[in-house]
Amino acid sequence: MSPSVPLQEMIRAIRSARTQCEERGVIQRECAAIRAQFRQTDNGGRSHNLAKLLYVHMLGYPAHFGQMECVRMIASPRYSEKRVGYLGAMMLLDEKQDASLLITNSIKNDLSHSNQYVQSLALCTLACMGSAEMCRDLAPEIDRLLRSSNSYIKKKAALCAVHIVRKVHELGELFVPSARSLLSEKNHGVLHGAVVLITELCERSPETLERFRKVSVPDLVQIMKGLVISGYSPDHDVAGVSDPFLQVRILRLLRILGRNNEAASDAMNDLLAQVATNTDSTKTVGNAVLYETVLSVLDIKSESGLRVLAVNILGRFLLNNDRNIRYIAMTSLQKIVSTDHNAVQRHRGTIVDCLKDQDASVKRRALELSLALVSASNIRSMMKELLIFLSSCPPELRAHAASGIFNAAERYAPSKRWHIDTILHVLTTAGGDVRDETVPNLIQLITNTSELHCYTVHKLYRALLTDISQQPLVQVACWCIGEYGDLLLKGECQETEAVQVTEDDVLDALEIVLQSHMSTPTTRGFALTATMKLSTRITDNVDRIRSIVSIYGSCIDVELQQRAVEYNALFKKYDHMRAAVLERMPVIQKNSLGQTNGELSEEPIKESQPGKVKQEEMALPQQPAGQNVYLTFHKLVCSTYLNQFKVFFMLLLASAPTVTVYEKNGVTLTLICERQSESGLTVTLTASNSTDSDISSFTLQAAVPKSVQLQMRAPSRDSLPAHGGAKLTQLVVLNNPNKVGLQNANRTVPTSLTSIKMS
Amino acid sequence: MMRFMLLFSRQGKLRLQKWYTATAERDKKKMVRELMQIVLARKPKMCSFLEWRDLKIVYKRYASLYFCCAIEEQDNELITLEIIHRFVELLDKYFGSVCELDIIFNFEKAYFILDEFLMGGEIQDTSKKSVLKAIEQADLLQEEDESPRSVLEEMGLA
Repeated sequence: MSPSVPLQEMIRAIRSARTQCEERGVIQRECAAIRAQFRQTDNGGRSHNLAKLLYVHMLGYPAHFGQMECVRMIASPRYSEKRVGYLGAMMLLDEKQDASLLITNSIKNDLSHSNQYVQSLALCTLACMGSAEMCRDLAPEIDRLLRSSNSYIKKKAALCAVHIVRKVHELGELFVPSARSLLSEKNHGVLHGAVVLITELCERSPETLERFRKVSVPDLVQIMKGLVISGYSPDHDVAGVSDPFLQVRILRLLRILGRNNEAASDAMNDLLAQVATNTDSTKTVGNAVLYETVLSVLDIKSESGLRVLAVNILGRFLLNNDRNIRYIAMTSLQKIVSTDHNAVQRHRGTIVDCLKDQDASVKRRALELSLALVSASNIRSMMKELLIFLSSCPPELRAHAASGIFNAAERYAPSKRWHIDTILHVLTTAGGDVRDETVPNLIQLITNTSELHCYTVHKLYRALLTDISQQPLVQVACWCIGEYGDLLLKGECQETEAVQVTEDDVLDALEIVLQSHMSTPTTRGFALTATMKLSTRITDNVDRIRSIVSIYGSCIDVELQQRAVEYNALFKKYDHMRAAVLERMPVIQKNSLGQTNGELSEEPIKESQPGKVKQEEMALPQQPAGQNVYLTFHKLVCSTYLNQFKVFFMLLLASAPTVTVYEKNGVTLTLICERQSESGLTVTLTASNSTDSDISSFTLQAAVPKSVQLQMRAPSRDSLPAHGGAKLTQLVVLNNPNKVGLQNANRTVPTSLTSIKMS
Repeated sequence: MMRFMLLFSRQGKLRLQKWYTATAERDKKKMVRELMQIVLARKPKMCSFLEWRDLKIVYKRYASLYFCCAIEEQDNELITLEIIHRFVELLDKYFGSVCELDIIFNFEKAYFILDEFLMGGEIQDTSKKSVLKAIEQADLLQEEDESPRSVLEEMGLA
């Protein structure tokens, strides 16, 4: 091979540049020289110049001025120039450049060149950067080459055809007959190309799949058998496996052909068993073939014995020293954990061990599998492992691990105490990464477990004393102390050792939270409300509470200020109501649509449900309703057009007598809810228009979470006359048969809602 | 199908890039930068596979060069490792105990070898011998084709 001296000189010069600036200088000079050379008509060094330019391009410098030179070089009769020209075309031209069309003709000519190496250049370039147009133009040529007698050309033409089919799906039909005949070739390169082509054709079109299924399965089985049983073939052997690349491709094609089809799956059963047992698994090559076999077995309708064999192979992979193989095994097990659950359970121990692996990818896979393998029988031991994992897991996996643990705990908790303990453990270790709805979920769980109130509040108080940086934990702790402070002060507790807590201690703890710079505004809100609630549960230090509350009346944070001012009012003007307002919250029903409201009072306690808000978050009207109310309107987005406007809001669960949900630009929309049955609710929407102009074609549409059924009756009218001339009412019937609670709704809401539009 | 193959050094210098899908120049640069960062940050004993965007990345380090391939969801990672190994063997046979400098100074030949081995993201021929033979023949053709030049001309002095 003759070294390209000018090219290597230039490379040397560039590499010897000591700074980026120097390098740029060298490159600029070279590029100028190259450009000058391009302008000259013909000289012997054209290919060297283009090669230089390609090197410069690889370093990241602009080289678009070489595109036309590529086109010219491709058209040259000399092979050396063609070679570099085509390389340049593949590097500099892609289908988005206009110049790429100019080479179509050259490619066409070269496809019928007498020399196979020139043909090969053209085929390679077409397969690399051929645009849809070029593919359409040249497809008949490729088909012709597929039938040529030259195996060298046939194998390349097959792969070129694959590219064409990927670019222009309809052309697949054209290649079907040739593809079929190629399967009877002996040359491995051609066979490989044929299998790839048939795979592509079958994936694109179900009819083609059917055709090949009927015809080719026996042929493929035969070829595979030949490869597996045959002796050593020096040409294709890789570490004892005969042509693993071809084997893997055939297995993949068999998988596609056998999927969902009993007959085809039966035909390949024996072969797959043979490959699975005979392939040597000491080297990566063998494992690659085994891996593909396992994937195929699990995807087709294989008989159970074969499936067991496949899962066992995966089990063996799990114990392999090579980390790559373990990773592969877990990826595959993940795919079948739902269908072959018991088989995968057998390997639970190994999978859990992989949680401790050093590699983050392996850890991720192990986590996913472990979460999928949690069941009622192994919940305790699995949770122990998962919690250990959580304390040392990489940060990017924390959120996923935490939410997985919560789900598992919720489904399989053996006891309430265990459940609460687990959640608390997660909050202490990974509090920063849990989802927002964890706090209300936990609160609700606690209120439901009335026998453990004392235990819970003691535990939370202790946690609060240790660490106030984990916001969700602090929020829950504040809420509990506020609610069950009296139990805390009583001192005795059945489940945990008693600790003497004075009223001052408790108030100190809450004040520390209030004043700490680590506390978010939400947390401080919780703490303030808890302090206020304690005013009815303690006896001696009510004055202290009064003073705390009045201090926060001038707090900069508006939310805290508002709360403090209202609590102040509760102390002063409405002291007679204070006890009633601050009494113990009733058990929050998880699965109800919301109760009818209780006494109307100025109690501003809200369980804030942060929704996933996209644009404006409209300030929701303060719900002056009782304590069992869930306020759930999440967002209103509005854009106005002349006489129409669209209002977008999501109605999740509402339970209030009359609520004005929208009041802007003269349009008012109110809601009246009435509970009809255990799971049904009717909502009456009333719209009125106080502007000076009529609003025509006013329609309301509603959105609900997936499990809630919605029925919209016909509206009373479809336009809103000006000045409140007439009101528009529409009845909406909601049915919540699964008694989906708000928390669950929060989880499903972002993914599947129809929309409420007023237009 | 293989979407692209990258070769880069430990210092983050790109030595070879082959793209089997049409991608804008800007996107190519961004993807290369991102991938190089991710792969170079991996420790030696870690898994050769990682997930990136919607692709699977298979990489292997040979001396000072990282060979990095991006494959699709349904492709077999283990056989991709074998493909990478086969490519390295081809380079080795061609250059005679290949090292990074060979690939730097003869990058166009490295491309020619790659183009004889893979096409459209798939293997063309599973026999090492036949790939090497084809490259040899093509090189011969190139030499015959180049008009005979004097030594002085070759050195650029005449």
